[in-house]
Amino acid sequence: MTKQIIVPFGPQHPVLPEPIHLDLVLEDEKVVDVIPSIGYIHRGFEKLVEKREFTEYVYIAERTCGICSFIHGATYCQGIEQIMKIDVPERAQYLRVIWSEFSRLHSHLLWLGLFADSFGFENLFMGAWKTRERVLDFMEETTGGRVIQGTSKIGGVRRDISSEKLDQMVKDLDVLDREMKELTTVFLHDDSIRHRLRNVGVISREDAYHLGAVGPTGRGSGVAIDLRKTGYGAYDRLNVRVVTDSCGDSLSRCTVRAKELFTSTDLIRQAAKKIPDGPIDMKVIGAPDGEYFMRAEQPRGELVHYLKGNGTKFLVRSRIRTPTLSNIPPLIKMLQGCDLADVPVIVLSIDPCISCTER
Amino acid sequence: MAFFEMVKTALRTVLQKPVTILYPAQAAKKTPLSRGHLTIDESRCISCGTCQRKCPAQAIILIKEAKTWQIDRLRCVVCNSCVDTCPVKCLFMDTQYTAPVTARTVDIIAITYVKPAKPEKKDTPQ
Repeated sequence: MTKQIIVPFGPQHPVLPEPIHLDLVLEDEKVVDVIPSIGYIHRGFEKLVEKREFTEYVYIAERTCGICSFIHGATYCQGIEQIMKIDVPERAQYLRVIWSEFSRLHSHLLWLGLFADSFGFENLFMGAWKTRERVLDFMEETTGGRVIQGTSKIGGVRRDISSEKLDQMVKDLDVLDREMKELTTVFLHDDSIRHRLRNVGVISREDAYHLGAVGPTGRGSGVAIDLRKTGYGAYDRLNVRVVTDSCGDSLSRCTVRAKELFTSTDLIRQAAKKIPDGPIDMKVIGAPDGEYFMRAEQPRGELVHYLKGNGTKFLVRSRIRTPTLSNIPPLIKMLQGCDLADVPVIVLSIDPCISCTER
Repeated sequence: MAFFEMVKTALRTVLQKPVTILYPAQAAKKTPLSRGHLTIDESRCISCGTCQRKCPAQAIILIKEAKTWQIDRLRCVVCNSCVDTCPVKCLFMDTQYTAPVTARTVDIIAITYVKPAKPEKKDTPQ
């Protein structure tokens, strides 16, 4: 039997944007087992819910993650609104969809850049982030924040987008689409990239399903689960197309994310077309009394906010289950049997977001 | 299957001007809504303390007795919550970021608002 050695991977590693530690058990160059450990950036967000009023906690919920921030804030608000049985104005729901989809674009473009960097395409990394800058500019023009939007609030949204701005935005989306098309063509058709990613980190559909893979990680293996199909917010009035791929390798996960860029722009166009006029928020009276599991689709997969209130201004319990946490068991399955040199690419292919995993 | 998919993009990138700017020598691109840093009109602040209560980061401290309003810029998360809730609208969001600092300091601003004297009650004619 070959001697086993353990190689530590992370928490500081050039490919990792955030700290996760993996102990790789190697036999020669092959990874036979992986022992993950997290807990480097725990910030105690869930405890903070007892110390801040539920209306102020939106800002904190939004800062759970620096990439899908808006969706965290909106999901928290939707959860509270469900407990308090608030009917949010239509326009606010559509605006939330628009900003959520922009968040998704921003997250996927950021990931495509990081992924390109992980397999050594520095120029492509810069290209992806250059395109992402357009999305961030739009965010800043409409919300005031590039990364942390802070526009969601209990009972609606804090800022409106004027109809002229919406028209301009839809026109700008064509330019964005063209740039993204050029970018994703490289990812999906370049021979050296395909060669690098094909059959790397394969996970079958059954394994992905049973180990709880969510989001593009699951959809890359053919598990067609997309929470937007459940129709929370204004998604039930929009035509959501679920992108899946069947191979279950790193290229499939890349393909799913690359194609989802275009479903997001499509959803923004649909929302901009259907958005009704009207108020954007409503007065909230009282405090939440009850509990609710709010599920939403983040760029990385299913996000769950569990919220429990007791009728006071302070919530009793908040629990956030982020997609990366449920994608860690499939990641371990993918890593078993791979080469040591493929580990960075595979780890990045699930789009790990450790800060929100630990909160 | 294709080779040299990136050549077109790469060539264009080589030929065009840089897309980045030399911040802070050149000012960052800002929009009217951008949240840079918080400013206060100290002549209008009525010391009600709403901003302090509504601050999720607890960056604002208002001392009524000393008539001072202070903000820890490194604690402030620039969420705009205080600006939205201020009853006299004396807080404003400036679009530019504050300059980087090497030490943690607290900005202490003296409130100069003087409560207008109540108009004296006219003696009601007997």
